[in-house]
Amino acid sequence: MAGVALAEARFPAPEFDTGHKIPSPTAPLPGGDYSGYLDLSLLVIAMALASWLLLRKRSRKGIFALSLFSLIYFGFIRHGCICVVGSLQNVTMALFDSSYTIPIVLVAFFMLPLIFALFFGRVFCGAVCPLGMIQDVVAFKPIKVSPWLENILGLIPYFYLGLAVLFAATGAGFIICQYDPFVAFFRLGGSFNMLLLGAAFLLVGIFVARPYCRYLCPYGVLLRWTAFFSKYNVSITPTDCIQCRLCEDACPYGSIRKPSPERLPEAREVGVRRLRKLLVLFPLIVIAGGVAGFLIYIPLSTAHPVVSLAEQVALEDSGVTTVMTLASEAFRETGQSVADLYTEALMVRNKFKLGSVLLGIWLGIVIGGKLLSLSVYRSRKDYEPDRATCLSCGRCYESCPVGEKKEIEKVSVGVCEC
Amino acid sequence: MMSDKKKKLTRRDMLRLGLSAGAVVGLGATVVSKSATKTVWQIDPDKCVQCGKCATDCVLELSAVKCVHAYAVCGYCELCGGYHRPDATKTDTAAESQLCPTSALERTFIEDPYYQYSVKEELCIGCAKCVKGCDAFGNGSLFLQVRHDRCVNCNECSIARVCPSDAFKRVPIEEPYLLKGKA
Repeated sequence: MAGVALAEARFPAPEFDTGHKIPSPTAPLPGGDYSGYLDLSLLVIAMALASWLLLRKRSRKGIFALSLFSLIYFGFIRHGCICVVGSLQNVTMALFDSSYTIPIVLVAFFMLPLIFALFFGRVFCGAVCPLGMIQDVVAFKPIKVSPWLENILGLIPYFYLGLAVLFAATGAGFIICQYDPFVAFFRLGGSFNMLLLGAAFLLVGIFVARPYCRYLCPYGVLLRWTAFFSKYNVSITPTDCIQCRLCEDACPYGSIRKPSPERLPEAREVGVRRLRKLLVLFPLIVIAGGVAGFLIYIPLSTAHPVVSLAEQVALEDSGVTTVMTLASEAFRETGQSVADLYTEALMVRNKFKLGSVLLGIWLGIVIGGKLLSLSVYRSRKDYEPDRATCLSCGRCYESCPVGEKKEIEKVSVGVCEC
Repeated sequence: MMSDKKKKLTRRDMLRLGLSAGAVVGLGATVVSKSATKTVWQIDPDKCVQCGKCATDCVLELSAVKCVHAYAVCGYCELCGGYHRPDATKTDTAAESQLCPTSALERTFIEDPYYQYSVKEELCIGCAKCVKGCDAFGNGSLFLQVRHDRCVNCNECSIARVCPSDAFKRVPIEEPYLLKGKA
């Protein structure tokens, strides 16, 4: 307030002869439910309803209706900005920055979909997440993504999660929110680039169902892990699988796993030898990741505003550039010492050094782990969804003839006509 | 076969149990140590450098940031650094004399020689031209604030992301304004 006190001396407050009263500025409060308890209860109700519809009622129609509600409420009414996906950044920042605190509602928003996934699979993805629902309703002509591409693209979320955690932990920003492709649609307005990105995702989403969920969503990584251990999950058939193969192409997300072939595709020794090689390779990949992380920590740290400001100030002071940025001008106006800025920037950069190496190691573990899991042979007897990647939409139910007599008749008639 | 399946299930159940226990403990610990009230975004008027990005970088088409007038700090001058252009030839209310690009600042005569200036919020675009003028030539009674009846409270404010002077901060929802002339 020093500036105001100084400025007040310029022109004294007037003394009115007419008795004019000096008004005070208004301070309008946020409208609507700003406690978040309404949103939280709706989230819980929606997830409970989704679990019931999916696992007990086995109703794809019900799930679809619920997903439309979620799209309208969490998307268009709440502007997509009470967001479970983004909340992981708030939680990370609260864990690393002692001056930043988050309300209980936000913690609950982060934890509840994971707890639900632990019991019922990814019901949050199936019917509640507005980011998923907007893509779900445009998945008209889903094509099958070949397994090798699916496996490679499926690694991106791990990288995105690592990066988002690194940026949130160091205070560099919330990249999940910054590059949220659909929030501009939910707000019915946004920058041209964000609208273009969202439109591109929706356009791709017509042919590759839910591309953001499968190949980017960082929260989806956490859901994959928890859903992998889920107690109950989608089962394509209500009773026993009759191996009719009708559901083979039912999943638009490629999450249905086929029964293993009777004959192994290769001799056992070949597989064992490969696995042994990969086990030796694993630590090397992890170390390579760590080294790569160390090599990129300096450019990565410029994402932090303090570091980029310090770099700009350093460039100006050394005479390399004469063009000042708004930020460096603002910094010089405050009269803070350059040395303090450098110290702060160095502290941030050191955080990035550790974080970036950890990010690299994390990526190494993810890539190595993926290679290992691909070379481990698993025997499977029936058609069943992959617990981790199943998005709990219930589309496969409609293709299974078991347990519904009418359906079987229809199928057999179809066979006769052929 | 059966016992094999049973064994596998137990292992999975163990992991699940461990995970849920961990989740509950983690949730509890976080809530206990980190519980706080909701926050909203606000501009610290002492840090604001009137760069004009508030008008252009809000996710809303018409920015949630508006000019606010702390009347108690104002000098009620006839020639106002926030209202009149520096090159204005007359101290009148003609459009060519006004600094505000949308004529959102209203000037009313109170008594000789005092004039009151108030912001028409529906016209204000948050460009901070008047704030800059008032800071340079006046008492600094005009300043920018996030108006919470308009703000959608993004998880990360998109203006805060580009603010050159780090003036945006999260404030508790109980005290959502950082008004001048109140301290």
